[in-house]
Amino acid sequence: MKIPGLFWGQFRRDGALALRQPGELANPLAFFVLVITLFPLGVSPESAVLAPLAAGVLWIAALLSTLLGLEGLFRRDRDEGTLEQLVLHGDPLVFAVLARLLVHWLGTGLPLTLLAPVLGAMLALPEAARWPVTAGLALGTPILVLLGGVGAALTVSLRSGGVLLALLVLPLFIPVLILGVSVAELAVAGLPTAPVLAWLGAGAALALITAPFAIAGALSIAVETG
Amino acid sequence: MDTPLLTVRQLRCERDDRVLFADLSFAVARGAALQLRGPNGAGKTTLLRILAGFHPDYEGEVSRAPGPLAYLGHRPALSGLLTAEENLAHYLSLTAPGTAVSEITDALERVGLAGYEDVPCQALSAGQQRRVSLARLPLLGIAAPLWLLDEPFTALDDRGIALVTTLLAEHQAAGGGAIFTTHQPLAPRPGLETLWLGLEGAP
Repeated sequence: MKIPGLFWGQFRRDGALALRQPGELANPLAFFVLVITLFPLGVSPESAVLAPLAAGVLWIAALLSTLLGLEGLFRRDRDEGTLEQLVLHGDPLVFAVLARLLVHWLGTGLPLTLLAPVLGAMLALPEAARWPVTAGLALGTPILVLLGGVGAALTVSLRSGGVLLALLVLPLFIPVLILGVSVAELAVAGLPTAPVLAWLGAGAALALITAPFAIAGALSIAVETG
Repeated sequence: MDTPLLTVRQLRCERDDRVLFADLSFAVARGAALQLRGPNGAGKTTLLRILAGFHPDYEGEVSRAPGPLAYLGHRPALSGLLTAEENLAHYLSLTAPGTAVSEITDALERVGLAGYEDVPCQALSAGQQRRVSLARLPLLGIAAPLWLLDEPFTALDDRGIALVTTLLAEHQAAGGGAIFTTHQPLAPRPGLETLWLGLEGAP
């Protein structure tokens, strides 16, 4: 009885907050679009040059724009003092954390995944790789948000934790990047992509059941250190 | 019914190599209120944070009766972009899920903010934000037997201070207890005790 209430109460609140400051979620997305539109201009408009790079560019841009949105994930709650109330009353904290991450993914990871086929066309992403790459992003962006959330929770007490956050989470993002890009390579070569997508799915499942606990622990420590 | 809501024995806390308090022992019984006084930096907020469980770095024993706790820190813990009603609805989803929305309206009316339900909290004055924060107390009432309030009178006008005093008195009459820090001492009344920190045997 209490757990669904915790989850939906937090989901409603965070959803309302996200809708009231659309810029916070639009910025990473705009960054994603801008980086990708610069590639044909800066590298070459030739599709023969762009096609082999396309999946890598999409993934790197997705990774960096996710990183851009992470820093503020818990910062405002800490500054306002609502984090204290959440830690005090929100037991078990993982459900509120899950709701927060779900709202964040719906506002960043999901639109980014939906934009990928369109932006892929701009980068001359081979036809065969279009849907496998999109599927890879759909499975991979939740991992990025979950792992990134751990970094955001660990650095929430630091005044300028942005660089430290990047140093903490980028190494963890690398396996996701490698798997995501290899999906495109396999698709172009005409090989089955399902095994690699299954690896991404397994990674997402693992992150989903472990990261919220790590985040909840890190947030409790952040409250204790004042 | 006779066990105190909170018992503190031989509490000692150091911060930055400075002893804030040592050998501190007190208890808060049902129906009692304790005002913590002392100069800035005496450790009043730290003591409240220890009692709330936010500050594990202490020696001694703190035992609290089971049951939820109302803790209002020196920040109002409100999201500026959300309305008073939304902020309180989120608080209720944490503390008492399933509470009717009409109770939020009643609580806001109680703290003198009827008609402000749909105003984003960032558009409210500091005193009004403090009142929204305080509306949590009538919402929880005796469901949270122990109230820990850090500077509840900050930014409040005379009527606001009278309101908090009434809320405290009602809570005590219902069998609850409270500890609050303040620089504006309340008039002595039965059930209200004062604990000084940082000044030995203060005035």
